[in-house]
Amino acid sequence: MDVWSSLMDGFATALTPMNFLYAVIGVLLGTAVGVLPGLGPAMTVALLLPVTYALEPTSAFIMFAGIYYGGMYGGSTTSILLNTPGESSSVVTAIEGNKMAKAGRAAQALATAAIGSFVAGTIGTALLAVCAPVVVEFAVSLGAPSYFSIMVLALLAVTAVLGSSRLRGFASLGLGLAIGLVGLDVVTGQARLTFGVPLLADGLDIVVVAVAIFAVGEALWVAAHLRRNPLQIIPVGRPWMGKQDWKRSWKPWLRGTAYGFPFGALPAGGAEIPTFLSYVTEKRLSKHPEEFGKGAIEGVAGPEAANNAAAAGTLTPMLALGLPTNATAAVMLAAFTSYGIQPGPQLFSSQGPLVWALIASLFIGNLLLLLINLPLAPMWAKLLQIPRPYLYAGILFFATLGAYSVNLQAFDLVLLLALGALGFMMRRFGLPVLPLILGVILGPRIEKQLRQTLQLSAGDPAGLFSEPIAVVIYIIVAIILVWPFIFKLIRRNRPALATGGVATPSAPEAPSGSSAHPDLPVHSESSARPEKKETP
Amino acid sequence: MSSSPTLASRLKGRAELGVALLLGAAGALVIWDAARISTPYSQSDPVGPKTLPFIVGAMLLVCAVLLAVNVLRGGQGEAEGGEDVDLTHPADWKTVLPLAGAFILNILLIDWAGWVISGTVLFWGSVLALGSRHYIRDGIISLALALLTFYGFYLGLGIALPAGLLEGIL
Repeated sequence: MDVWSSLMDGFATALTPMNFLYAVIGVLLGTAVGVLPGLGPAMTVALLLPVTYALEPTSAFIMFAGIYYGGMYGGSTTSILLNTPGESSSVVTAIEGNKMAKAGRAAQALATAAIGSFVAGTIGTALLAVCAPVVVEFAVSLGAPSYFSIMVLALLAVTAVLGSSRLRGFASLGLGLAIGLVGLDVVTGQARLTFGVPLLADGLDIVVVAVAIFAVGEALWVAAHLRRNPLQIIPVGRPWMGKQDWKRSWKPWLRGTAYGFPFGALPAGGAEIPTFLSYVTEKRLSKHPEEFGKGAIEGVAGPEAANNAAAAGTLTPMLALGLPTNATAAVMLAAFTSYGIQPGPQLFSSQGPLVWALIASLFIGNLLLLLINLPLAPMWAKLLQIPRPYLYAGILFFATLGAYSVNLQAFDLVLLLALGALGFMMRRFGLPVLPLILGVILGPRIEKQLRQTLQLSAGDPAGLFSEPIAVVIYIIVAIILVWPFIFKLIRRNRPALATGGVATPSAPEAPSGSSAHPDLPVHSESSARPEKKETP
Repeated sequence: MSSSPTLASRLKGRAELGVALLLGAAGALVIWDAARISTPYSQSDPVGPKTLPFIVGAMLLVCAVLLAVNVLRGGQGEAEGGEDVDLTHPADWKTVLPLAGAFILNILLIDWAGWVISGTVLFWGSVLALGSRHYIRDGIISLALALLTFYGFYLGLGIALPAGLLEGIL
């Protein structure tokens, strides 16, 4: 497979006027929803899923690519100007970014975030274009046992490594897997969890589940705790950077990219760990360590680059293996299946033009973001002032519309409300949402692989370990599961170790209360566990 | 709330026990449902349709028990923060319940009265529930939004949302 010529073909597809228009729409929409409080890229893609059924898949995915990167960028704007990050990946950006904005350097903070995002996004997308075919080449040789183990790893890693409570993560995963079970069993045609309701026989539509959990759950949750005194928004002009800012930014951009991409590509990736690592590194390497905590530009440049590189990295397992590791990728994967496209390593051969057009549009989207966002930043900042009743009523309105238009059944709206209530409860009691969504999406596929595996071995459980990759992955899974207990033991025996880990950054006092940064201590712990090196 | 802070915090802990209860109920339901499936053992499908439900059900039950233990020992899930979320005040049911009411009204109305009416009710009711007091302006915005999406979906996407009572007018 010739990467270069495929990519050029991809550009040819993505640059047709119609597709280019969809890229622009995607970027604008993505940034807008990234900036808007309460809306994330995953929710946007979920809300737009039904709308895109009228589009051809290539155009739809070009638009999703724009939303994906745009959402990442928009999130950083919010966290810099408001200091209450909407997505966990921009928590770290908010630390220094908001301090810079308060010190009157909002323009520079936004500029280093935008340009850093562009640099990291471009390098990340290039790495994606190079790495994904290599991963595919390796992956096509894998059989069902290996796939089964990889999916188990992805589910467990996301559940056990991210989030503050593993127990609550597993509870969420269990609920997701249970939701994924609803419907007729594909192999035997047996009804599972349908309770005789014919409308449930086809299973719960993933659009309805995703919209309910992300949009309805969020709207209800925010409604219950709506801020009575609106946040202060820091006014901003056109972003720009001085010579000194450039000099201090370019190395953090590159280092952030180096952290972000590999972590994003790992099953337990996500952007939280690399952004945090990048922050710590920049703090240590900076020539101006005294500025950290008061608005150091390195503390924005590094994490923001890491965030965007991780976003690109996440697409590697998504496209090459059909394995989503964050919420947006999970919903995009659901979109693949709803178009009848089978995700997995065959994707590159069966849907080559689509995949390469998607990758090309990531490059285009990145450039568009830079061109659009630098001049438009003041306008995006105005979006933050939208009256909240309209914003959240609008989310509910479009959630209803989106979920209803899939099947035109009022029954789906009942499900939407019920699952929305579940989403509300999960937010209230700290159950993470991501394991549930991954469980719903990966559950049926994991079952298929399990059945294939044991079919090959005629029911012998030893068949699960029949491929070397599978064995290696099970060892990693075991380490992830057992590690916290070992960690506890070590800590009990040698209390000195507990304080010797990665230094936690002096947690900033968020004006919105401590709730805005609950993740930080957790990540310091998770980044202090070197999982892979501990192989016995 | 007039109760003392200690009582309030204990009540909070108890509320989370409800989550454990829900997990347990879900787990029991999944296992009960799977147990009822009867399939002969088949050489081509040794796993069968019951295995995964049993695993998932067991997982939910274990989580339920562990969560209950965790909560009784004083563990607490962290409520999720956000840009517009202020966790310093307790859940405001006076906003949430009318909001859910508007949602339910939409479900009841959509097939009979049509999207334009039910969507208007949904948006108008939601905006009011969320604290806006511009009744007339909000009503006009709601109607415009519902009409716009109705025609947008019909003309742009070829999806015919139900016209309901206004059949023939629209």
